Amino acid sequence: MPSSTSKYQYIDCDPDLCIGCQICEYVCSYTKTGEYNTYRSRIRTVRVDEVLITALACRTCENAPCVLACPQDALDQDPDTGIIKIDAQKCDACAWCVEACDFGAISVNPLTRLVEICDQCEDQEDGPQCVLWCPKEALKLTTPEKQAQKARREAIKSIKDEVLPKIPLKDTTC
Amino acid sequence: MFGYSGKILHIDLTERKTWVENKPEEWYKLWIGGVSMASRLCWENIKPGCDPYSPDNPVCIANGIFAGTPVPVGGKYGLASKSPMTGFIGDSLSGSWFTIALKRAGWDGVVIHGASESWVNIFIDDDRIEFRDATKLLGLGTFETEESIREALNDDQVRSATIGPSGENMVRFANVTNDGRQAGRTGHGSVWGSKKLKAVSVRGTHGIKVADPETLNKLSFDITKAAQGPHTSKYRILGTSTNVLNMNKLGLLPTRNYSEGVFEGVETISGEYLHEHNKVKTIACAQCPIACEQMSVVKTGPWTGAMTGIEYECLFANGSNLGIDDINAVIKLISIADSSGMDAISMGITISWAMETFEKGIFTKEDFKCEKYPEGFELRFGDGEAAVTTAEMIRDREGIGKMLSEGTRVASFVTDEMRGTETYKWAMHSKGLEPAGYEARGLKTFSLGSAVGTRGPCHNRTAAYDPDIQGQVDRFSVDETRGQLAKDTEEYAAVYDTLPLCKFIRRCFTGKADRAGAWPTIVNLINATTGWDLQYDDIDPIGMRAHTIKKAFNIREGWQRSDDTLPYRWMNEPMTKGPSAGHFTSDEELEYMKDCYYEAKGWTKEGLIPKSKLIELGMPDVAEEIGV
Repeated sequence: MPSSTSKYQYIDCDPDLCIGCQICEYVCSYTKTGEYNTYRSRIRTVRVDEVLITALACRTCENAPCVLACPQDALDQDPDTGIIKIDAQKCDACAWCVEACDFGAISVNPLTRLVEICDQCEDQEDGPQCVLWCPKEALKLTTPEKQAQKARREAIKSIKDEVLPKIPLKDTTC
Repeated sequence: MFGYSGKILHIDLTERKTWVENKPEEWYKLWIGGVSMASRLCWENIKPGCDPYSPDNPVCIANGIFAGTPVPVGGKYGLASKSPMTGFIGDSLSGSWFTIALKRAGWDGVVIHGASESWVNIFIDDDRIEFRDATKLLGLGTFETEESIREALNDDQVRSATIGPSGENMVRFANVTNDGRQAGRTGHGSVWGSKKLKAVSVRGTHGIKVADPETLNKLSFDITKAAQGPHTSKYRILGTSTNVLNMNKLGLLPTRNYSEGVFEGVETISGEYLHEHNKVKTIACAQCPIACEQMSVVKTGPWTGAMTGIEYECLFANGSNLGIDDINAVIKLISIADSSGMDAISMGITISWAMETFEKGIFTKEDFKCEKYPEGFELRFGDGEAAVTTAEMIRDREGIGKMLSEGTRVASFVTDEMRGTETYKWAMHSKGLEPAGYEARGLKTFSLGSAVGTRGPCHNRTAAYDPDIQGQVDRFSVDETRGQLAKDTEEYAAVYDTLPLCKFIRRCFTGKADRAGAWPTIVNLINATTGWDLQYDDIDPIGMRAHTIKKAFNIREGWQRSDDTLPYRWMNEPMTKGPSAGHFTSDEELEYMKDCYYEAKGWTKEGLIPKSKLIELGMPDVAEEIGV
């Protein structure tokens, strides 16, 4: 899977924890449209196999391909947050950005004829609603660097039992 | 109207035409959804007395009130037809994205009439209905069928309810599968097979609006978080398979075709063992924050790679009940059932009946000739390979599998007729449906609940084992309270089956699962969704109506008091081992408890429903037809 190289935060899903309940999609669509409709969710769960389940939303790539692809210059990336902004006046729903996105994180709303992309619930006091609701804490707002740190810690933890007994520890009993 | 579209979609497979029926809000207030609405649709649309396999038997699908909202575990639907297993109402439930898609497509329910001449896949694309040729889907397993339809329609969000090869072959206890979950019991798959209906697929693109989203979200959020606490830890960590050791400890784990209630090989088929050795991942039904399904895989031996979700009921039926202590064989058996779309409970119990019949010398090796074993094989308790081969023969209706695919009742009847034997004495069924994994001889209240069950003996429709196991009553004796208990527990269950909400959430509202603990939250959830003004006292009648319409259906189909009975073994043979040894439910005990039950229900001594009772529940048309 291609991965984001961004310095920006994005919504990440841990496939080991994701149970595929789709509650994130209900909450996202409600937050953005006032209705529950997974077709209008900006985060989507994907179940490719009976046990291969995860959720995907915009990964705020640096030099975002969607922005580069837009022939109308309707997309713009916030330099501080990496969030993709859509200019409703310019967007004509041509879907070039949809094709440019490796993560399938962009969709076109057939009613408004505008593209929709995760904005990490910037306007919500308590942050991204999907992260707040996720029953298994599978969703997190994170950066690639944080993910790497976590992976390093997990990797070392997994060999802890093997390594620790071999290290001669100072006897502190006397 | 919030929460409903007010529209039921009718589809006639014979004429290939569709029409829309508009239902008033008052109708929804009576029938709500799930099992209740599906059964009511079946009451309204069936030709009474019809053969379950005839075009006159409709397939009735009903959404839940909370489908497609964030209400935890509210993504279930009800499916009802006349059951080919029992000849009475067949009502099943399943957690499913299928129902959510259906709701978003703008339908509260679907009634499928008639029968198709060629195999068909109905595609409900919002309000456009398409009859798609299903020839290319034939022979595909349940999951592959769904995937294949999604690929053909090129849309991830198309959700389907399907039958597998067992349903195509009309294995009587075939079932209907969606998203890896089943509307499992009473043989819906063979009804679909009789209509050449391979799948119903739905794309629903509309949003769902509720009356008071802020309140609904707040309630749902709190329940979602509570569902990560101690009230569901049993389901989250080991799933229902945790029951294996508990049931064995109580002497209630059906073993070797229900001949005993304790199994010496229990450790290696326990939920704990499964968790350690075979579990791959825990997954959830639609809209469920609990996630109880333990996806498990065979890692060694001839069945390596076999994978499916394991539940207690399938585990007992294909484990201890077959005398099998090899978890790999059990997973393989359940995966055969799940991928080909069969009821794993009925399958396991039909095989255990055949095993006992073999061990008693009635069946011989000759009877089990098949392509794999041209000389036949011995079907003995504990033999995993023999059980797996038998399951495959049932799925394919090969050799003796053809007879076994009709279920325990028909198989024993045919055998006794042809061979002059008495295999009915160990044929484990009541009303034609194989029972659940609770040894009822050690649970007297549950034995009553099982005997009077409208779809046969079922642990989901009656929760009468609760007072027995919790020690509220003496589980080995009977008294006058059991009628009321059976009534209370089945009507409690019926409320959940009607909304529907999965019962595993029942302690997450307030910590207490009883009516006082659960109903206030349920009232708030319904009102926030619909904008109605229901009160606490309106909840019990929801369950009563759901149960009564099913009973009324059965009465119209010729039900008699003598149909409320138990398998011969449960009424005549005590177990010899374990904490429940020495007990069984005698004819006198059962008849006495039935008297108490009918009285508690306000029915006649014959178990019929007085007109006044039906009118009181808001069903004067039913009173007219079957009231006394």
